[in-house]
Amino acid sequence: MIPEIGYGALVAALLLALYGTVVAGVGGRTGRAAFVESGQHAALGVFALLTFAFALLTYAFLVFDFSVQYVAANTNRGTPFYYRITAVWGALEGSIILWAWMLSMYTLIVILRHRRHARELYPWVLTVMLSVIAFFLLVMTIPAPPFRRLSPVPADGRGLNPLLEDSGMITHPVALYLGFTGFAVPFAFAMAALITRRVGDAWITTTRRWTIVAWYFLSLGLLIGGWWSYHVLGWGGYWAWDPVENAAFMPWLTGTAFLHSVMIQERRRMLKLWNIALVVLTFSLTLFGTFLTRSGVIASVHAFTQGSIGVFFLAFLAIVVLTALALLALRWDDLRGQGELDAVVSRESMFLLNNVMLVAAAFTVFFGTIFPLLAEATRGVKVSVGAPFFNSVNVPLFLGLIFLMGVGPLIAWRRASFQNLVRNFLWPVIVGIAAAAVFRLLGVASTFAVLALALTVFVVATIAVDFARATRARRRLGERVLPAMGGLLVRHNRRYGGFVIHLGILLVTVGVTGSQAWSVQDELTLRRGESTALAGYRVRFDGLAASEESNHFKVTGTFTVTNGRGRPLVLSPAKKFYPRDQAPIAYVDYRLGLREDVYLVLGDFARDGSQATVKLQVNRLVSWIWLGGVVLTLGTVLAILPERKKAT
Amino acid sequence: MTRAWRWLIPLAALPVLALLAYGFRVDPREIPSPLVGRPASAFALTTFAGDSLSLEAHRGRVVVLNFWASWCTPACYDEAPVLERGWRAFRDRGVAVVGIDIQDTADAAQKFIRDFNLTFPNAPDPAGKVSIDYGVYGVPETFFIDRAGRIRSKHVGALTDGVFREGVERLLAD
Repeated sequence: MIPEIGYGALVAALLLALYGTVVAGVGGRTGRAAFVESGQHAALGVFALLTFAFALLTYAFLVFDFSVQYVAANTNRGTPFYYRITAVWGALEGSIILWAWMLSMYTLIVILRHRRHARELYPWVLTVMLSVIAFFLLVMTIPAPPFRRLSPVPADGRGLNPLLEDSGMITHPVALYLGFTGFAVPFAFAMAALITRRVGDAWITTTRRWTIVAWYFLSLGLLIGGWWSYHVLGWGGYWAWDPVENAAFMPWLTGTAFLHSVMIQERRRMLKLWNIALVVLTFSLTLFGTFLTRSGVIASVHAFTQGSIGVFFLAFLAIVVLTALALLALRWDDLRGQGELDAVVSRESMFLLNNVMLVAAAFTVFFGTIFPLLAEATRGVKVSVGAPFFNSVNVPLFLGLIFLMGVGPLIAWRRASFQNLVRNFLWPVIVGIAAAAVFRLLGVASTFAVLALALTVFVVATIAVDFARATRARRRLGERVLPAMGGLLVRHNRRYGGFVIHLGILLVTVGVTGSQAWSVQDELTLRRGESTALAGYRVRFDGLAASEESNHFKVTGTFTVTNGRGRPLVLSPAKKFYPRDQAPIAYVDYRLGLREDVYLVLGDFARDGSQATVKLQVNRLVSWIWLGGVVLTLGTVLAILPERKKAT
Repeated sequence: MTRAWRWLIPLAALPVLALLAYGFRVDPREIPSPLVGRPASAFALTTFAGDSLSLEAHRGRVVVLNFWASWCTPACYDEAPVLERGWRAFRDRGVAVVGIDIQDTADAAQKFIRDFNLTFPNAPDPAGKVSIDYGVYGVPETFFIDRAGRIRSKHVGALTDGVFREGVERLLAD
């Protein structure tokens, strides 16, 4: 019965969402509250039905109801309890239902928060949100139904993709989807602003927190994805410029640009058109990401060809992009900015430059990602674009962005005087140059690494200068040091939240730079009892052991790692053999450290345990990336706290 | 900007959308099997019914060699009736359908055969040797083998009646 009940709930939700889309729009057009209210009720109903359907699917997983085809395809009787829950969104149909559920939850929050304030925009926001949900529900009823009946019912299911049996899989997709769907809210407000011709600041100030939250979840999703890649895939890296990674990275880039450019509109009434264009672009890129992952158009380790779903997504993407751009063209005259750029050396122009670089980065990533398609369409050849292209184009852009991260927040609005520049940047520049010299003397060979690290020091120095100066100002009013600092963070939480987020990004930068520049690795075959040395570590192979787990067979190697200090460390990398997969899956073992990680991957081995091949890596500073994620979280929390009224 | 020109903005998105639509015409993972045109490698297995099953015994007939598993949803479930229908329609014209069940348990596989009422021979591949010989990447995969024992084409994914008929008729016409 579960397939029929679930399918029925989704069809009902689809009808309700379509009804709500129309009725809220009518309410917006005629200004009659009863219609809007009815749309609101429809949205609540959609949320309830989707919650029910999602819970039902989870239940089907927990009780192994293989009459649901999706359950049979993504679990089997050996799947541990915990992964039966994450398996719910382990493949396409479940991701779509999670996605739609999150959208409906966001809609609920929009209703709770904004139904009183943004009166004119609100009905149209509801319309846009519900129409997006309706699209996802359409996908769930036609090309990718999570509740399709499988007949006859198989004795056992296929099982989850073994790579997804990892704790990262509970958080990574959830964070990523919260980010993706979160951008639907600013998009809906932007569309409402265009429709109602209220393209002023109302939609921007209303959606500021939404944007930060969506951006944060997207960042978190990317970082956790990197962590998953690092400790599950066993190649020692966290980012590969795979098309699907790029698909999540592009909206992150344009979303970051949007976060910064809204500040100029708030402050200077400029860039109205640009802001709307950015939010349309960001939302479209989230859809494009899904299209890319699920259409099978571009080869990727993550992508699975899934029938006609690509056509649906492309059609929806086309509708969204064309409608939004047509509205933009229609409202062209309303979107002209009032402010003008006064001088080249000013905060406005720094922010503009930041936007240009971010969008350029997004464009190069987009271009690199679809280039194989372009090559096949025009020249009929199959090519693939790899990391060298993305790195060589993006590294200079990112270095420029880090520089701007130091300059932007401190330089004066409108026109920066020479005194302003000296006052804010003299010391940071000196410190930065000194740092570059020190890094060079310490033997950092790569120019990019020196630049990245020196720029990082420069930005930290600007933040320190700003914070010290503000603290001093409060001290003059008689506060003590710590309360003065705390007060600053609380009262100017938006500014300092931004600074903390910047610090988080800097930590990620240091981690990426360090791991690229200084990681070392070796791969060799050891006999039992034999040792090898790498970067100050001695690794001894102690033997192999086999074990039978609930749904796979596992061969574990034991290695003793010593580095002359502290107690020896025992690492046990393994190979897992899943009966339904041709190739075994590596189970990496590692010890994380602030300075470096020791990372072991078991390769081939002799069946009698007499010898084994091992890949040994010493990865430098990688933990800083994950620390950056923690700092990013703190900064985001600070930035979205309700702003206190400043004491007079 | 004049009123007419601004409508070029939405039009600018069209080439990108067209390129993405073109993507549906290509399949990035379509890699031709190097086995096509080569002699099919021999195997000797025991069917679930206990009979012996070898390719050699079918020399002189067109063989549809299908790799499947009971956990392979939905594709194997979609194509099982297709195989049975094809077998019944063509068996008298010199066509043999042979199923090889890989990476499966005997109970689940036998339930699958019962549920779909499969009457053509099906055998497990306990050591996985046959599927390795045929370079099977995932299930289902189907090989069309001609009367002389050469692999003539390979189909990845669920068969349809059309694909089955076309594959078989072509080899019968030789």
